[in-house]
Amino acid sequence: MSFLFNDFSSWKKYCEEKQLNLHEVVLEYEVKQKGKSPQEIWDGLAAAYQVMKEAIHTGLNDDMTSRSGMVNNGAKKVYQNKLTVLSPEFQQLIARALAAKEVNSCMGRIVAAPTAGASGILPGTLYTLQEIHQLDDKKISEGLLVGAGIALVIEEKASLAGAVGGCQAETGSAAAMASGAIVYCLGGNVDQVFNAVAITIQCMLGLVCDPVAGLVEVPCIVRNASAAAIANSSAQIALSNVSAVIPVDECVEAMGEIGQSMEDKYKETALGGLATTATGQQIAKKVLIQDIEILPDQPDESS
Amino acid sequence: MVTKSSVFEMIGPVMIGPSSSHTAGVVRIARAAIRVLGKKPEKAVITFYNSFARTYEGHGSDKAVIGGLLDFKTDDNRIKNSFEHAKKEKLKYAFKSVGNASTLHPNTLKINLTAGKDKVEILGESLGGGIVNIAEINGFTANFSVSLHTLIITADDVRGSIAFIANVLAQDDCNIATMSVSRKGRNDLACQVIEMDSGLKPLTLKYLESLKWVDEIIYIPDIDL
Repeated sequence: MSFLFNDFSSWKKYCEEKQLNLHEVVLEYEVKQKGKSPQEIWDGLAAAYQVMKEAIHTGLNDDMTSRSGMVNNGAKKVYQNKLTVLSPEFQQLIARALAAKEVNSCMGRIVAAPTAGASGILPGTLYTLQEIHQLDDKKISEGLLVGAGIALVIEEKASLAGAVGGCQAETGSAAAMASGAIVYCLGGNVDQVFNAVAITIQCMLGLVCDPVAGLVEVPCIVRNASAAAIANSSAQIALSNVSAVIPVDECVEAMGEIGQSMEDKYKETALGGLATTATGQQIAKKVLIQDIEILPDQPDESS
Repeated sequence: MVTKSSVFEMIGPVMIGPSSSHTAGVVRIARAAIRVLGKKPEKAVITFYNSFARTYEGHGSDKAVIGGLLDFKTDDNRIKNSFEHAKKEKLKYAFKSVGNASTLHPNTLKINLTAGKDKVEILGESLGGGIVNIAEINGFTANFSVSLHTLIITADDVRGSIAFIANVLAQDDCNIATMSVSRKGRNDLACQVIEMDSGLKPLTLKYLESLKWVDEIIYIPDIDL
């Protein structure tokens, strides 16, 4: 019987009992649950990472304008800006996360990780991590496996869907996956990896999903950039052995609880928040199809 | 019981953006529609309902559905330019929007296809994460996911037909995952939708087609193959 991803503490216990690394448990799970060979899984991860890198490249080089007009080559502007706020690496991280996500908004090919709305976070963080630390592709694939394990637990205990748990469930989960993967790839131990996940979730808790005109553009794209930044700040904190205090499993439970009590208007319905601001409504009016046939309400049985 | 997700649902699927329900799901419904038609469509009318009715253009579901009708897969970069490809393939198309269809799922689309004298009508629901349900085919209740291998048999409503077909499938070593039967009326045409874990041999399909009480056989292998 392979390990089932119910919570982080049992994942850790399984690692200790079987003397396995975090990523090996995820690999074993996929082999046993889904009947795949390890080679198929490694190939699949390498292919996914390749698509992520291509998305960054496309976003930084091709024209990225969306039909709504809200996306207009933002990643390129950040990448080429001569004014650097922190460091060139930070500027590149932000530009890459934006780039991959803009590709998603502009009907390009991406990896939903864990969802399409959060598809810029793992590409931005992992590509930048690999470049700075000269990691090989195998290590990045291991990081992706750890990220997948993190997402499996969050899916089990909370949710990965904006329509169920708000934006924290999408970009929050992706940031947690990225942060855990960063710490793992830099040689962090199990506690440090899970601590990074806990800190990241604490930073992302409560984010609502309030997309303007219902499109996966504003604020989704800039939130991919901020989530990539938070993944890195949490990794830096966790690798320095600063405790999240609240254990990771309890952080995920809090995320689930907040998601449950969030009003529906903040869950991808475009009925609240940024979507219903004056400008948001104006954009929606322009973008949404107005020429629609409205069926009469169903006749009431009692009348 | 909910099936445990795969690593490749967490790191994946690889797809064309922006949204799994508006692009990937719509592509898969369209690919199912051309398999039901069984040939290249010449004309397509696509009706977007409810939530889809207002949002389909902003999310590119119109390009996604045309891409699917051209048999592009969910990760095919040509989807973005599917209208130009449709022109080359001489596929004519039109879109309609209908709101307030309260009996239908929020993200529903209807695809009407014509090729010569052949016509089909498919009602598909995009459930999120690229998962879909084909709710109706030509007015018959269908309800299948296209992620398994699907056999759709339209046949006379004769006694023992279900047992007979199940037996034939068992001979081909096929395990039935789901099955539904609907009919227009007693002793009228009945529609059986059978989802199987593995594919069928061409010979088995030919045999089923040759039965005199069978009107039509439609076979849809796993839609992402």
